[in-house]
Amino acid sequence: MSKPLLQVRDLCIEFVLEDRTIEAVKGATFELAAGETLAIVGESGSGKSVTALALTRLLPVPPAEIKRGEILFDGKNVLTMDASQLRKLRGGRIAYIFQEPSTSLNPVYTVRSQIAEAVRLHRPDVTDVDAEVVRWLDAVGIVDPAKRMHDYPHQLSGGMQQRVMIAMALACQPDILVADEPTTALDVTIQAQIMELLASLKERFGMAVILITHNFGIVSGFASRVLVMYRGKIVEQGTTTEVLRAPKHAYTRALIDCIPQLGSTDKRLKTIDHAALDAA
Amino acid sequence: MITTAPEPIATVPATPGGRAWRRFRANKVGVTAMAMVIVLAVVALVFFVFDRLGIPFPMDPDATNLERKLLPPNAINWLGTDNLGRDVLSRLLNGAYISLTVGFVAVFVSLFIGVIVGAVSGYFGKWIDNLIMRAVDALMCFPTFFLILTAVALLGPSIFNIIFVIGLVSWTGTARLVRAEFLTLRESSYVQAARALGQRGWKIIFRHILPNAAAPILVTAVLGVPEAILAEAGLSFLGFGVQPPQATWGNIIADGKTYILDAWWLILFPGLAILLAALSFYLTGDALRQAVETRSERQ
Repeated sequence: MSKPLLQVRDLCIEFVLEDRTIEAVKGATFELAAGETLAIVGESGSGKSVTALALTRLLPVPPAEIKRGEILFDGKNVLTMDASQLRKLRGGRIAYIFQEPSTSLNPVYTVRSQIAEAVRLHRPDVTDVDAEVVRWLDAVGIVDPAKRMHDYPHQLSGGMQQRVMIAMALACQPDILVADEPTTALDVTIQAQIMELLASLKERFGMAVILITHNFGIVSGFASRVLVMYRGKIVEQGTTTEVLRAPKHAYTRALIDCIPQLGSTDKRLKTIDHAALDAA
Repeated sequence: MITTAPEPIATVPATPGGRAWRRFRANKVGVTAMAMVIVLAVVALVFFVFDRLGIPFPMDPDATNLERKLLPPNAINWLGTDNLGRDVLSRLLNGAYISLTVGFVAVFVSLFIGVIVGAVSGYFGKWIDNLIMRAVDALMCFPTFFLILTAVALLGPSIFNIIFVIGLVSWTGTARLVRAEFLTLRESSYVQAARALGQRGWKIIFRHILPNAAAPILVTAVLGVPEAILAEAGLSFLGFGVQPPQATWGNIIADGKTYILDAWWLILFPGLAILLAALSFYLTGDALRQAVETRSERQ
């Protein structure tokens, strides 16, 4: 196998607060090959988003501090990059989509001008920026892109806003797309549409995807590999089928059990008993 | 059969500025005040041009006529004459441009400094913010008017000095406001998204944050104009403003105060002019604030 696109080794991240220090990520080690789909699953505060932001050093320093470890992208160490290298990496090689599409778009600019900004930033050789904007809006399934690109974010629905965010990320033609809970703020039918869109775009453009979620339900059809994080540690990783069929760690099992089943006779939704997990 | 006629859809402008303007237009007080501001500006400009072209309209503001001194308002001198027989109306109209120029340019100066200082302070935070804000605190400890007075006394009372001194001491409020806006906005998702896109720091400041802070900045700018007008009038009254024979609203009052018991028109009319100008700007600024402060659209 060729060298992986992204290698993270023993990554430790701390948040230094006034009165205490919180270890957000405790020695994460994983790899991502070009074109691969990896899901990072875990509950709120498990360190999954922090890990994702750390990939391009987007964490605010202070309070965050990368204590130990190594992040290699394409063989180059991200942790020793200077500001200009980082700017090329962000967006250009590793692009992000965030949880809340309605606030991730700048309210004072049209969709066109925001996607154009991304294009100009990372692909200065593109001459017809408008055509490029239309092309990407079309790719993410916006109907009548030539007209809709003149809309302001507040004129779009949540699902459409997220599509625009995806178009913005893809317009930079990144090698890795990090989707940080891309569907959490959307309702269930739109969630399915967005996940389908991501899957088809991945197929079409061949970039690697890191999907961050707390929902095992959307992982199974999408990711080839899963990484489960619990309290800052990677407690389990493997192929999606392996992990879903035979979870090794108690937390993974608990998380999978939390997916509500249609037709289940249980009166209550399952929750995770943290005390029992800690005791185990 | 019931046919539901399609509801007439009000055409809501798409741009945030367009919507604020629509709300502003619905405010009668604001529109009236803004119309007064425009009238004042036109009057000031017209009489400034007359002055430069040497057209004595309605009369030469500097022409003395001791036979007609201290006359109450009459058919020839609509607002009376002063102790040297100069026409008060002509002097008021002639002095209008001083007040408005000082008001606008001083605000521009203070805005320029305040926005840059506030943006740097709020965006970079940490020790930079601490350093700048402590400096602002120190500057705010001085009573502004006396600071202006001292500076003008040292530099000499020309209109440029007055404008720059007023601008240089009045940016602190703007800086604090801009800093506060930046502190909130730099944490917003779209700023995070811009950073994740690899955008440069100064581009994030000017392209992504500043336009979102434009509304409150515009409001303080408009509210800053009457402050500067009043400061100039105060300086002129104390003799530290633009020097005679050039008429300014402040020095007409200063000249008239000796005759306050005999010639009420020397105090009343320039006083009303100052009041009217300041009030128009205050009310415009207030209406603007109401129009832009619908926070729901900027979340």
